[in-house]
Amino acid sequence: MSPILLIVFLPLIAAVVAGLSNKAFGSVAPKVLTTGALFVACGLSWSVFLPYLHGAEATVVPVLTWMNSGDFHSEWALRVDALTAVMLVVITSVSALVHLYSWGYMSEDPDQPRFFAYLSLFTFAMLMLVTANNLVQMFFGWEGVGLASYLLIGFWFRKPSANAAAIKAFVVNRVGDLGFMLGIFGTYLVFGTIDIPTILAAAPGMTGSTIGFLGYRFDTMTVLCLLLFLGAMGKSAQLGLHTWLPDAMEGPTPVSALIHAATMVTAGVFMVCRLSPMFETSPVALGVVTFVGAATCLFAATVGLVQTDIKRVIAYSTCSQLGYMFFAAGVGAYGAAMFHLFTHAFFKALLFLGAGSVIHAMHHEQDMRFYGGLRKHIPLTFWTMMAGTLAITGVGLPAVFGNHLAIGFAGFHSKDAIIEAAWAAGVPSAFWVGVFVALLTSFYSWRVVFLTFYGKPRWAGSEHIQHAVHDAHGHGHDAHHDDAPSAEDAGHAPDVHHAAHGDHAHEGTAGYHPHESPFVMLIPLLLLSLGAIAAGFVFHGFFIEAEEGAHFWNGAIAFDTHLMHAMHEVPTWVKLSATTAMLLGLLGSWYAYIGKPGFAAAAASHFRGLHTFLLNKWYFDELYDFLFVRPAFAIGRVLWKAGDEKTIDRFGPNGLANIIRLGSVGAVKLQSGYLYTYAFIMLIGLTAALTWVIAG
Amino acid sequence: MIGVTHYLVVSAILFTLGVLGIFMNRKNLIVILMAIELILLAVNLNFIAFSAALGDLVGQVFAMFVLTVAAGEAAIGLAILVIYFRSRGTISVDDVNRMKG
Repeated sequence: MSPILLIVFLPLIAAVVAGLSNKAFGSVAPKVLTTGALFVACGLSWSVFLPYLHGAEATVVPVLTWMNSGDFHSEWALRVDALTAVMLVVITSVSALVHLYSWGYMSEDPDQPRFFAYLSLFTFAMLMLVTANNLVQMFFGWEGVGLASYLLIGFWFRKPSANAAAIKAFVVNRVGDLGFMLGIFGTYLVFGTIDIPTILAAAPGMTGSTIGFLGYRFDTMTVLCLLLFLGAMGKSAQLGLHTWLPDAMEGPTPVSALIHAATMVTAGVFMVCRLSPMFETSPVALGVVTFVGAATCLFAATVGLVQTDIKRVIAYSTCSQLGYMFFAAGVGAYGAAMFHLFTHAFFKALLFLGAGSVIHAMHHEQDMRFYGGLRKHIPLTFWTMMAGTLAITGVGLPAVFGNHLAIGFAGFHSKDAIIEAAWAAGVPSAFWVGVFVALLTSFYSWRVVFLTFYGKPRWAGSEHIQHAVHDAHGHGHDAHHDDAPSAEDAGHAPDVHHAAHGDHAHEGTAGYHPHESPFVMLIPLLLLSLGAIAAGFVFHGFFIEAEEGAHFWNGAIAFDTHLMHAMHEVPTWVKLSATTAMLLGLLGSWYAYIGKPGFAAAAASHFRGLHTFLLNKWYFDELYDFLFVRPAFAIGRVLWKAGDEKTIDRFGPNGLANIIRLGSVGAVKLQSGYLYTYAFIMLIGLTAALTWVIAG
Repeated sequence: MIGVTHYLVVSAILFTLGVLGIFMNRKNLIVILMAIELILLAVNLNFIAFSAALGDLVGQVFAMFVLTVAAGEAAIGLAILVIYFRSRGTISVDDVNRMKG
């Protein structure tokens, strides 16, 4: 039996068994089953991945025939090549660690079997997506992860905000999915098949052909690529369809780490890379990809600067990093995009899980204004978060002295590669956006660290901490566990002025003692820090070096060796630019939050307009509310009142009921109760019958 | 010469009067009973007229039976009427509508 079958179907089996048995065998058995399955899958994934470092061939393992109708064939088949292998490693590693982490994080939740079943179900769907050999199977995985994401965001379904976030994620994704579906239909129309290798082989031949729609002619490949990219935008939360991602933080933190940082949101990047030969045929589509990626990158980073909810900062950071990946793909550096995806999975999962550990320690307080000074209390979490921050900000020594001297944390290798690729590909605008966002990234990432771990404790202002302290004194330590789900509610943001003016800061700890997380939570953190530190240095050769990369990718993506060569030939100041930007961001952050406390608040009030604009996320939610949500409600109301109640109900069910009611009212009048009426009617009847007999 | 036609006309008039007596009367239940008697007599007259005209005695025998039945019917009807009057205190047709649906 091929290991890929085990990798893909073990999580499914675990999910089905754990989900169907639910609480029948307690909560430990489902946890052991799902976590065990994921660790086995993870081990097998690495064993599948390693041969590709030496240029193994792509394989396809057929499973079943799915659909066979006329000219349309669709198989269930698992494709493994370098691209899939990278994703397999990312997905199963992060998923296994998140499963383990959840043992600690979710230990007080009464619904653990359901949670672990959902996690495993998600992993299966994601694996199905990345192993897909045809577009329809990819769409199956695509929708599967969407479903799992919906279920997990709404895991605490008693919270109205969680339900709203889950629905929002599903609906916004539906917009992208419509584009993806149209893209698949169009691809089938043009190529007559949904088999990905066949399509990619035929794609260059279609360059320059046009397709007619509504009397206009469009470039075929541009139309197809843009439609498919719309799907990628939805899933990867790109500008315009990004609004669901920050709200998705309503889900439990392990979910945010697995789905909304490391794996599902990168599906769009994966799809663009998988179909890269197709995108290569359309410069227009690539331009759009670059533009959308760069715009998202910039937008999300600016919003991330001012958010106060620790998970939301990291969510916007994810959005921004996804923008990096897309503009890397847009400039043709698919290897760099996949490399950033790979390293980002480790350090972003690490940051999320670290944030989860902080939240756990701070009794489900998520507002950074009520953190501070946690470095000494939760040292392991601090050091792992530090590793993640060093990785995301791209700390490292640039290769100014030679090509192979570059050494640094994971994000340094991948992000700098993207920025250099943007320059080398001759897209200076994307390059400058990349450099500027590197500065912003550094600023907001260090801001998280400084606000959380440095300075003086500001915990007293937090309702959650007050609760914890009160409960601990009042009625034992277990009493407050019931409200754990609702405690993650990010909605009730406390008064801004508390933290800004430090009204309560001098009260400090409020007598609360943060506790370091249990080892099941710290072990995943430590393992992920290993990835955050080393993944870039160890693997950069395979992903982005010209010769090694061509050998590694082996045709799995459109790998441009010339571009990869050119990346090394960029001027020294280009190589230094990202690192310089990072250092500037670090300095700025340090000055604003440690060097001169109060500077941040002063700057915020000085640029009140800008600050409010960013704090409200560029008013995207309000704009969409005005443009789409309210008109949709209005149309719905018209259809409901005028269409349904006044037309269908009135002439349909209610109309029929009325006829019968009126008929019966008439019939009742015949029943007068008077004997003579009955006799008269009988006589009439008799006469009529006789007349009929005699005359007929 | 009085023929069978005359008898039949008288009989038809009596029958119609009886039927109308049932339907148009709103006052008194006894009138209904009397109207029924009229209808039966109209039928009897028919029987006897045809019996005489056709020379067949069976019609007259039938008339005797009908008279007997009519007597019984009148007795039972009046008995019900008396009971009804005792329980309701009236025999006005307009008040007898308890069969209303």
